[in-house]
This record gives sequence, C-alpha cells and structure tokens, in this order.
Amino acid sequence: MSATSESPTASRTFEHPATLDANEAVASVAYRMSETMAIYPITPSSAMAESCDEWAAKGKPNLWGTTPNIIEMQSEAGVAGAVHGMLQAGSLATTFTASQGLLLMIPNLYKIAGELLPFCFHVTARALATHALSIFGDQSDVMACRATGLAMLASNSAQEAADLACIAHASTLDARVPFMHFFDGFRTSHEISKIELLEDSVLRAMVSEEAIRDFRARSLSPDHPAIRGTAQNPDVFFQAREACNPFYNRVPAVVQGHMDGFAAITGRQYNLFDYAGHPEATRVIVAMGSGAETCEETAAWLNARGEKAGVVKVRLYRPFSLPAFIKALPLTVRSIAVLDRTKEPGAVGEPLYMDIIAALVEARTSGLSHFECEPLVIGGRYGLGSKEFDPAMAKAVFDELLRERPKNHFTVGIVDDVSGTSLDVDAGFGIESEDVVRAVFYGLGSDGTVGANKNSIKIIGEETKNFAQGYFVYDSKKAGAVTISHLRFGPRPIAAHYLIKQANFVACHHPQFLERYDVLGSAVPGGVFLLNTPHGAEDIWRHLPHEAQERIAVKQLKFYVIDAGAVARAAGAGGRINTIMQTCFFAISGVLPREEAIAEIKKAIKKTYGRKGEQVVQQNYAAVDAALAGLHPVAVPAGPFDGHAMPPVVADTAPDFVKRVTALMLEGKGDLLPVSAFTPDGTWPLGTAKWEKRNIADRLPVWDTTLCIQCNKCVFVCPHAAIRAKYYPAEALASAPEGFQSTKFRGSTDHQQYTIQVAPEDCTGCTLCVTVCPAKDKTNASHKALNMAVIPERTRERKQYEFFLALPNPDRKAMKAEVKSSQFAEPLFEYSGACAGCGETPYLKLLTQLYGDRLVIANATGCSSIYGGNLPTTPYSTDCHGRGPAWSNSLFEDNAEYGLGMRFAIDKQAGIARHLLAGLAPRLGDSLVQELMGEPQRNEEGIATQRERVTELRTRLASLDLAEARRLEALADFLVRKSVWIVGGDGWAYDIGYGGLDHVLSTGLDVNELVLDTEVYSNTGGQMSKSTPFGATAKFAMAGKTRPKKDLGLMAMTYGNVYVARAAFGAKDSQTVKVFEEAESFPGASLIVAYSHCIAHGYAMHMGLEQQRLAVESGTWPLYRFDPRRAAEGKAPMQLDSAPPKVRVKDYQRNELRFRMKPEAAPAFEEAAQQQVDARVALYNKLATIGAPQAPASGYTK
Amino acid sequence: MNLFTEYLGLSLKNPFIPGASPLGHDVHTIRHLEDCGAAAIVLPSLFEEQIALEKQAREFHVEAHTEGFAEATTHLPTVDDFDKSSDEYLRLIEDAKQAVDIPVIASLNGITPGGWIDHARLLQQAGADALELNYYDLPSDPDETGYDVELRALEMVRAVRGEVEIPLAVKLSPFFSSLRNFAKQLVAEGANGLVLFNRFYQPDIDIEELDVRPTLELSTPSELRLRLRWLAILSSRLETSFAATGGVHWAADAVRAIMAGATVVQMVSCLLRFGPEHLKGVIAEFTTWLETHEYESVSQLRGAMNLRNSPDPTGFERSNYLRILQGWRV
Repeated sequence: MSATSESPTASRTFEHPATLDANEAVASVAYRMSETMAIYPITPSSAMAESCDEWAAKGKPNLWGTTPNIIEMQSEAGVAGAVHGMLQAGSLATTFTASQGLLLMIPNLYKIAGELLPFCFHVTARALATHALSIFGDQSDVMACRATGLAMLASNSAQEAADLACIAHASTLDARVPFMHFFDGFRTSHEISKIELLEDSVLRAMVSEEAIRDFRARSLSPDHPAIRGTAQNPDVFFQAREACNPFYNRVPAVVQGHMDGFAAITGRQYNLFDYAGHPEATRVIVAMGSGAETCEETAAWLNARGEKAGVVKVRLYRPFSLPAFIKALPLTVRSIAVLDRTKEPGAVGEPLYMDIIAALVEARTSGLSHFECEPLVIGGRYGLGSKEFDPAMAKAVFDELLRERPKNHFTVGIVDDVSGTSLDVDAGFGIESEDVVRAVFYGLGSDGTVGANKNSIKIIGEETKNFAQGYFVYDSKKAGAVTISHLRFGPRPIAAHYLIKQANFVACHHPQFLERYDVLGSAVPGGVFLLNTPHGAEDIWRHLPHEAQERIAVKQLKFYVIDAGAVARAAGAGGRINTIMQTCFFAISGVLPREEAIAEIKKAIKKTYGRKGEQVVQQNYAAVDAALAGLHPVAVPAGPFDGHAMPPVVADTAPDFVKRVTALMLEGKGDLLPVSAFTPDGTWPLGTAKWEKRNIADRLPVWDTTLCIQCNKCVFVCPHAAIRAKYYPAEALASAPEGFQSTKFRGSTDHQQYTIQVAPEDCTGCTLCVTVCPAKDKTNASHKALNMAVIPERTRERKQYEFFLALPNPDRKAMKAEVKSSQFAEPLFEYSGACAGCGETPYLKLLTQLYGDRLVIANATGCSSIYGGNLPTTPYSTDCHGRGPAWSNSLFEDNAEYGLGMRFAIDKQAGIARHLLAGLAPRLGDSLVQELMGEPQRNEEGIATQRERVTELRTRLASLDLAEARRLEALADFLVRKSVWIVGGDGWAYDIGYGGLDHVLSTGLDVNELVLDTEVYSNTGGQMSKSTPFGATAKFAMAGKTRPKKDLGLMAMTYGNVYVARAAFGAKDSQTVKVFEEAESFPGASLIVAYSHCIAHGYAMHMGLEQQRLAVESGTWPLYRFDPRRAAEGKAPMQLDSAPPKVRVKDYQRNELRFRMKPEAAPAFEEAAQQQVDARVALYNKLATIGAPQAPASGYTK
Repeated sequence: MNLFTEYLGLSLKNPFIPGASPLGHDVHTIRHLEDCGAAAIVLPSLFEEQIALEKQAREFHVEAHTEGFAEATTHLPTVDDFDKSSDEYLRLIEDAKQAVDIPVIASLNGITPGGWIDHARLLQQAGADALELNYYDLPSDPDETGYDVELRALEMVRAVRGEVEIPLAVKLSPFFSSLRNFAKQLVAEGANGLVLFNRFYQPDIDIEELDVRPTLELSTPSELRLRLRWLAILSSRLETSFAATGGVHWAADAVRAIMAGATVVQMVSCLLRFGPEHLKGVIAEFTTWLETHEYESVSQLRGAMNLRNSPDPTGFERSNYLRILQGWRV
C-alpha cells in the first residue's frame, strides 16, 4: 500500500514558485515537450492552445531548441486527423481539447491507439451536451473515451497537472500507448494557485532520447516504407487486434517508473493509485479528479477526530492496474464509496464504480484480495456540470458508508426528490483552517475586480512565503456581468478546491449587488466587510437594505466603506476602481501586515507600470495613497434594522415557473432547486428574460418628441430590444401614466399616436440608438431626438414602459418589408445577455420581427446560442397569440444539418396534412380545402388568412368522427408556412460546420442560413476563423493572419441556384431588410453573411455602426445580393448594393486594435489588404455585369 | 548663389522647407520634394490627443471586456503593445531618414504639459533632426487668463526641452496679447526657433446634416502680411531662428519673408495645389531674383527689412495702419 498522509504537493520548498492555473501549467509542459500541434478552441481548454500559440509567435523554444509548429484546424475532428498524420510521420505532436471536441476526436483516437503511436494530449474534463449544453466541468467526456485504447491519467490540481503532464509525455514515448492526460474543467483548469514550476532540466531528464529515436525510426517514410491502415478480413483482424496486449500490460510499470523517477528529481511522489487517510481506515472513497482532494481533506478532518477514513485517488485510470489498486486499499477497509463525475443512464453503474466492482471481484477470484473482510461497495454521482463538491458532501458520503445499508447509486450535491437518489448534506458543515484568509469579492466584469484579484494572488504567492489560491465564478450574461472571486491565502499549500462558504473578508464592489444577492451570507462572525459606495461612513447605514443591516450587525462584521469611483476619478484612473479596491483589501483584510501589504502593492505597481514611465507609476502610487485616505470604518448600530427591503427578484406578475425556479437562479440560489423543478428533457419556457430586470445602464436614452422624425432606426439597431416604437389609436392614451410621451403618428390618415419607449431596466446604455438617430435640434445641433441622460430613479419610466407594452400592437398585416414598418412589429427576441452594443443581435431581432410567429431556428453553438439559450433567462419570446420562435441548439458542427432536418420534417408533415386534407375534402368543403392548398402565404396578409382557414378547418374537423380527422388535427398547423432559419457564427459557417452548410445549400431545400460574421470565434474568446480578415491579429493568429478571409458568399454563388447576400445593417439598414425578405421568399436555400461588429475587434462598441459604414465604404465589406431568380429574367443575378469604395481600407482598419497589434507588420498588411480589397471589388463589379446560367427547370415558381 | 542657411542650428542648402502637411505622410513624396530642392522637411503633426487616447485604448477597448464571462476571459491576444498612430509616426521618421539626406523635422501638436510629452524623446530616438512643437491652442475656458495660457505653453516647452537634445522650434498662433514678450520667454525656456504662424482649422457647417465639417482652406499670399509684420518685429530684437509659414507661395513671397527676418520659409498650400515640382520653380526664381538684385547670399537678404533695419520702422507698427486706411480713402 502506498499510503501517504498528505498530497504529493504539500509542504515542499518552492524554488521556482509561480501562481498560475492548470491550463497554463500544462501548456508550459506540453509546449516544451512537443514539436508539432494542431489546435482548435473549446472551453475550458482554449487557454492551453492560446498560450502555446503565443509562445510560438514569440519564438520560444521547446526542449530541443526549436519553436513548435502550430496549426489551427477547422474542428477537433480535423485536429485529430492532423495529429494522427503528425505522429505517423514521426513528430512529437500534442493537442488540447474538451467535451464535444474530444468526442469529435474519438475515431482517430482509436486509430492512434491501434497503431501504438506515442502521443500525449491534454483534456480539461467537461460535461457533454445532453438535455442542455454545459461548458462546465465533469468527466463525461473523458469517460466516453475509455474504450479507445488510450492510457488515461488524471490530475487533481494545477501542480499535479503540470507534474503528470510531464510524466504522461515521458511515459507515452516508452510505452508507445497514447496518453490522455486530464483534469477537471474550470475547477482545476482555471483555479489559480501557487505551484512549483517544472524547469527544462526536469523535463529533459524525464524524456528518453532513445525512445524518440525509436519512434522516428518507426515513422512512415519513403526511405523505409511501410503500409499502415490496411483493411483486414475476418481471418486475421481479431488476432492482429490482440497483438497490442503486451504494450498495455507494460503501461502501469512504465508510468510508475516515471512517477518514481520524477519523485527522485522533484521530491513529489505519485503512484498509480494514491491512498491518503488513516492507515487502518474502514471507510474509503475512491475518486478521480479535484473532488478526490476534497475527500482527502475531509478524511483528514474526520481522522483528526478519531475516525478511520481514507481516499484512493485514481491517477492511471486506463490501463487499470488491478494489483496497484488493491495495494492502495487499506486491509481494514469495510466499505467503499466510488464517486463518478459522470452519468451513464441505463448502466448497472457509472464507469469507475463498475471498474472497482470488477476489480474487487477479480482480486478475490485471483487471490489478490487481502482484506480483513470483503468490502461493501456503493457508487454515486457528484459534481456534474461543475456542481460544487465540498467537504460537507464528502462527509455525507463517508457518513453514508457508516450506515448498515448504505444507498447505492446515490447522488450527492443535489436534492433528488424525483428518484430519491440524493444523500442528505449538512450545509453548515465546514473544515476551513483558521490560519487561511478567505476572501470573497463581488465585482462587475468590466471593473477589473478579477484582474486585481489575480494580481493580489501573484503578489502574495510570488513575493511572499505564503500560498494563494483564486477561483472565479462568472455570470452567464455578457453585458453587466457579475463576477464572484474566491481567494484563499495561507501559510501552507491550499488544497480546498471548492467555493468559499465561510469568508473572513467580503468585498462588494458595487452597492447594487446588496439589492440582488445575499452578499454577506458567507461572511463569518467578526469578519470584515468592504463596500464601495458613494455614501459616506455616517450616511451609509440608512441606504442599506435591512437584510444587509441585519447580517452586518448580527455577525458583528467590521464594516468599511470607500467611494472608489470618486477616488479613482480624482486619481485620474477613469472609472477603473480595481487598484483602489485592491489597496483597501490589502489594508484591512489582514492577509499581510498593513505596511508590508501596501509596500508589496507599490512594488507590484512599479513592476507593472515601470516601463510606461515614472509618471504613470507615481499616478498609481497616488491612487493607492488616496484609497487609504478614503477608506473609512463604519460604526455599526445594534439596531433597529429599518432599511428598505430588497426588491423582489421578479415581479409578482411573473408566471409560476419563473417565480418558483427562475427567481432562485437569479438570486444565485439555483443550487437549492430540487430535481422535480425541472423538465426531464431540457424543455424550457420562452420569454423569461423579460422577468430579469438588470438595471445595468448608468444612462438611458431620452426621447424628444418634438424632434423625432419617426424613422425607427433607433429601434432597428438596438441589440437588446430595449427601445421600441408603436403607433396606436389616440384613445388608448386615456389611461397613460404620468410623463408618458406621445406624438401624432406621421403618415397616418386616421387618429393615430406614436411613441418611442425605452425599457429602462433592460437597456444596457450602449448608445447605438443615439448614434444612429438622424434628427437634430435645429437650434442646437448637439441635441437629437434621442439623448443619453442619467436617470437614477426609474419607477416612473418603468410604469411608462409597462403601459407602452400594454398598448395594442400595430397590425402585422400592414407590415411592409422596410426598415420603419418592420420596427413596428413586436420583437420576439428581447433583453438578451449579449454584450452592450452587440453587432449580431439586431439581425436576430429583425428576424423575429419579420417571421417570429412562424419561425424555427437551428442555432449553432457560439455567442448566439449562449445569449440565445443560456440560463437562467432566455430572450426568445412569444406574441399575444402564444406563438414565437421555436429555437434549438444541437451542437456546433451539425447546425446546418440540424436545420435541414427540421425543414425536412416540417415539409413532410405539411405534405401529410395536405394529403389528409385532400382526402377529407368532400367532408370539409372543397372551397376551404382549395383555399388552404392554394394560399401562397407570401406576406403577412396571406399568413393571417391561412391561420383563419386553419381555425375554420379545426372547427369542421371536430365534427368528424374519423381517424383521418384526428390525424389532420395533429398536423393542421403545418398548413401555415414555417420559416426555417439556420443561424450561427463564422466559426460554425466557415470552419467546423462548413461541410454541412455547403451540403445544405446544395440540396436546394427552402432554408435560410444566417451567418453572424464577427470574423473570429467570439464566444470562446476571439480565436481566428477562416473568416478572420487578412492582417488581423486574433488568438491563434498572434502574428496577424497572413491569409485572406474566405469568401463564403462567392463559394456559395458557384451553385448558381442559391440566394446569397452580404449585409451590414450599420451601413445600410434598408438593404438588410431587403436581403432578409428576399432570402425568405426565395424558394430554395439562402445564405446571408451579416457583418457583426464585436468586442473582439478592439474598439468601443458605440462606434460599431460607424465601423460598419467604413467597412462598406472602403470596399472591405461590399453589400450585394445574388438572386438566381434574376437569371430567369435575363438579368445578372449579382447586384451590388454599395457604391464603389470611397475610403481607404486603412481608414477603416486603423480604428480597430485587431489590425494594429503587430506594429512592425502593420504597413505591409495595410498595403496588401488594400490590394486584396481592390481585387475583390473588381471581381464583384465584373460579376454584377454577367448573367448566370439559366436556372434549373424546377423552382422559382413560388 | 550662396543659398546656405542655418536654421535651428541645422545647416540647410537653401531656406525652403515644405511645412507640416499631408505631403509628409508619404516617403515617396518626401523624396520627390528633396529632389525638387527642399532643404529640410517638416513631417505632419502628431497630436497630443492621439498619444493620450491611444495610451488608454487598451484599457477601454480591451481590458474593459476581460474577465466577465467564463468562456472568454479575454477577447484579444495578449500583446505587449499595439500599432499606435505614434508608432506609425516613428516609422515615418525612420523611413524618411532612410529615404532622404535632408534634415527631417518631426512635429508634435499639443497644448498641455502632460504624460504625452515623453513621446518627444521617442521622436528624437527615431532619428528626427529637430522637433517643431505646434502650440495649437484655442483657449475657450472663461476662467483662464491670457497669462495662464502663456504659462501653460512655457511649461510645455520646458518639459519638451527637458526630454530632447535636438533643436526645438515652437510654432505659434498670432493671438497673444504681447507676442514679443512671450516669444522672448519661449526662447529663454529653450526654444531654438519660432515658426510664425500656424493656421487654425476653419470648421464648416453642413446645413443638411446639421453637423460640423472640419475643413482647412489653403492659404493665399495675402496671409503672408501678418507674418511679415511679426517677423520684422520679433527678428529685430530676438536672436533665434524664424520660419515664415502661411502665405509663401512664390519666390517674391520668400524674398519678402526673409527680408522681414525669416531664416527659412515653410511652404504647404502652394505645394498641395501645384505639386512638389512647384518648389523647384520657386527656388530657381528666388535665385534669379537674388542674382538680378546683386545679392551674393541669402544671409545678405535676411532681416534687411526688419524693424531694426527697415528704412521706415513705423511701417510695421501703428502708423502704417493709419497710412493704409488713408490710402483706401484715396
């Protein structure tokens, strides 16, 4: 038994300390031990590939003195194929991935293993999409690969991840079996801690040069040719497959040998199975990943109180070494709980549990078993999708093992009131050490809180002997996002891989969080509370909600306030409060003696800003001093707690589900929801975003009725549907609330009024509406029909908006396909979590306005699926008839096919309905049937009329006692046209989903593919796609992209029967509407490539419309429509909708940082970009003059 | 003919310099100007605001979007720096230095002493032979006195002087209450020369869009008169280099400016209007004029008509105004 009482990383001397997360630690090892890499972004692994790309761009050498060659592929399937080739050709290759990406690699993983190619790659273990997508951590993905033949090695912390990465790279060379090294997504991949860096000398000592020579000698080469990848027949396949067995049998010994060798160099000993706990433990948990550390901590706590508990940490999961596992277990063990961080529905048990059961049985039958009694084994699931797994939960498992008949196939960490699987957990249980400072910070994404906290960790971790750990919980929204930082500091390495529930220090960087969250719930009695507020120490108390007052007083918190905004402004730091709040933390948290702490901060400032000059350093020093001067203790009264009550999370008028489920999630208490709160198939109600009032805008647009020309452009460009227009009968104003603004509707022949109304609690303050507003005051041109203004109290505005929503909507039947008219249609996409000023969402909003009541959307994974479908609230909503977009996200790579499937199914069901209709015509009435069959449904009028006919049809069907009538009732809605849109970003359309997108276009089926083109993988953080323009810098293109942007539209045109268009709403909104309308009416496949400005472009988003204009006017983004219908009329299908370029490409590009990140290359890029644009414009001009081949005989008749 | 001129301590083959203008953006044009006889080149201005805003760009446009969302804690790669207008400017200096043999004068345009001033050192490091500091100020603060405005300029000149060793010229507007005193103080703070005068952008109004359109009309020779007066007044008592800029279009204009005390003349509008070849003609004509009038060198001409040497010094002062008004009556 390799019993240890503490983790291999505990209490070692750190000669080369660094504070980093596992992603960076592993990337550092993989980079130095590899020659070639194929990469592709996927959360949470992307950072590893990004680091490698960054190092390669800077020319950092690997162990052998050369810079690894790195190539981004179009998908993880492409990555797997590429690394397979690299390996086959004799190069030390690696890659990084997770989740769906890993699944896409599986076919090649079988091949790589089958060919015994030495290969090590790294996986941030992440949930697989099932009933929903989850970007968070569990081991569903790696468990799906356990049959591939890969060796699987698990790490539990950043230090272990670095160490075992090295061991895995070394082992694969000797064993020839490929290795998957994995660690928990987010909890390990993103947790920052102080670790010992692995020097080159360590890595070099671990690698066998001889093994590398042997590997190269086996490689595929015409100089010593061989053939691999044969097709084998029943006579030999089986035997040949068994020939690899000796290599698998050797793996455990090879790995243990390298672990021992590693220990000899570093002092950190690992084993295939590491036991930690009481040497005579009777209760043992077997686990893999970061949760095992929590079990170890908990066992130690129990053992210190006289109990006998232990944990077996599984490191080498495949090949599973039976002797090593049995050896790791104490002889005294009586009961074992096996924890799986995955779910395998329908199996006898989860995979690790099944392995342990089989191992114990086999040990017994083979005589390896040496236990005092045969242990009882139970299995359970924990931590799916990064569900917390903390000591209270580990203790619940240990407690369960004490029971005479412990629950098998349990869950822990949730309340399962449906199947009764869950264990009871004592929520108050905690084992945090007294000498560890635990701090929780509530910040906003844009305020620099997380960055400052990372900096604090660096200061303490690297500049003092103390240890530090940081984990950051982010919001699901991209605008106005809340971040919660969990920081621990202590004298020993920190192994607590779970959120802080007992904080010595709580900081609230924005006072409004006190109105929304139980910020002080985690504060320990006597702890410190720091609040950033404009109110002074004497005044603050009466401004607090009574819930916060009570928490502060009852817990006797030491309460401090600072007006960080004012201090920052006075110090010339703009709105960034990070340094101010960081200083306050150092001053009052007790993490270091105050003077030492301040000195360390100033040292860090010097280090960070020294290069920028002494003046900047002094400016930051001044900010530190000002922060200390502005920090004031608050005298806490004993009572009464007469502050205002926290406002309700959602309005009383919200639906039951929203109040019961969504509201808890909004409060940050979603963990408390039991299984019964959810549907079993992932179905979720529409229109929940409207109940989440986020109030994130400091300033709101204010409408001036006297200036407004009623163009509705403001409504068109709003990314969040937070400014709306209606016209309505004047009499509807009878009950208007105070201040409700209205003016006579222009163009109305009858008595109609018009209103532009802002949704005061949903507006993000992006100012696009003000930017686009063309109406200026004739006597003061700086004043427009819309102007931003500070409106602190919004009760009046809220009532006005409620009244506005209740006003009758303009009749859809009157809607025309033009900008103004379309914006009177109710948006069925509202208040999404997209970034303020998002360049994608106006297209989606328009889509729902035009066709929302008959719209089916297949949405590729990416930004649009996240702001479109990420809980707790979602933006797609319904109209007053209960109709609205039917939206679904399947995967990233399959979206076009997914949408095609929907079209196929819809068409078939419509066909069946028509068939039934024809059959029932004599009974239903021929004229109704003929009308139902013949209605072209080309416009709103036609759709509305058809709906009326379907209603009539249902009435007539109800009176028919026929099976066909019942069948037709179920399908009658399909007699109304359904509009199928396939939506996604450029990562999907140009790269991973291109094959599908292309295929769908080729089918001629009546679908519309809408590409929201931000020219990078925006959702995963701005990695290069094939849409990224020449010269732009992006992640994976650190040196600037040296190849031109793929012309997706041009490629699609080659079919000749596909409608293709390029749009940019900020440049020409009328063309955008026309494009949507033509695509929808085109009786075949359509492709719209829509320019979408994005924060990944590196400029202020309120300039997004201006940049769109410049993109078009420079010829970078020519607007066009390629309509095959025109060919039948003898016209050129291609029509250019933008004028010849009138500004230089440079004048567009230089406004965006992405084009300016390579100073030395910028001029050459600019010149070449201009040439490319000139050539492209010339080509388009030519295309616009030539007729296309005649259209196929079928089609174009609709 | 000896056209040799010493300006800001720089030895020039003649007194003709293309002033700060879009012509200097392009190295090919700079080379062409040299071929046409330019004795030096003043590059287009780099503005204080450009430097200051770009210093904050990373924070506002990159940092502000970081650490807010689990899938994307950043949206752009981590790079040490990005290609700022100021970097582009440094490249322009380097390229110009590579391309021509004549002195290259960098131009910084600012109105406040601040963090941007350390950029002057970078211009020097990039190879600029001299620096022209354009104090382009339109004071609009009702609480700021004329004295404050001058103090601000002096402080800025002192700060820039502290950053660089290369010659420093200060380009001024004519709108100072006591220009002679102010000029003296500028020289005392370390200015090696004065450039008279800068021309303000003249915003136009778009009556359809109700918008302001920044425009700059090209100068006309009539604008030279204001320069002549102040060149004559300042050069008579102040030992420093003077450049006339604004209204020098033809050889005769150059003769006038140098007679009034200009060390060199800067030309922009006529070169924009007629192209770099125009310079060749002006220099030839200027040389012919000197020869025709039996001058041996340009230094003989310089200051011949300034306040000290003019046969009628009052002509540059008040009485001349009176005479002109009376002349109109005639």
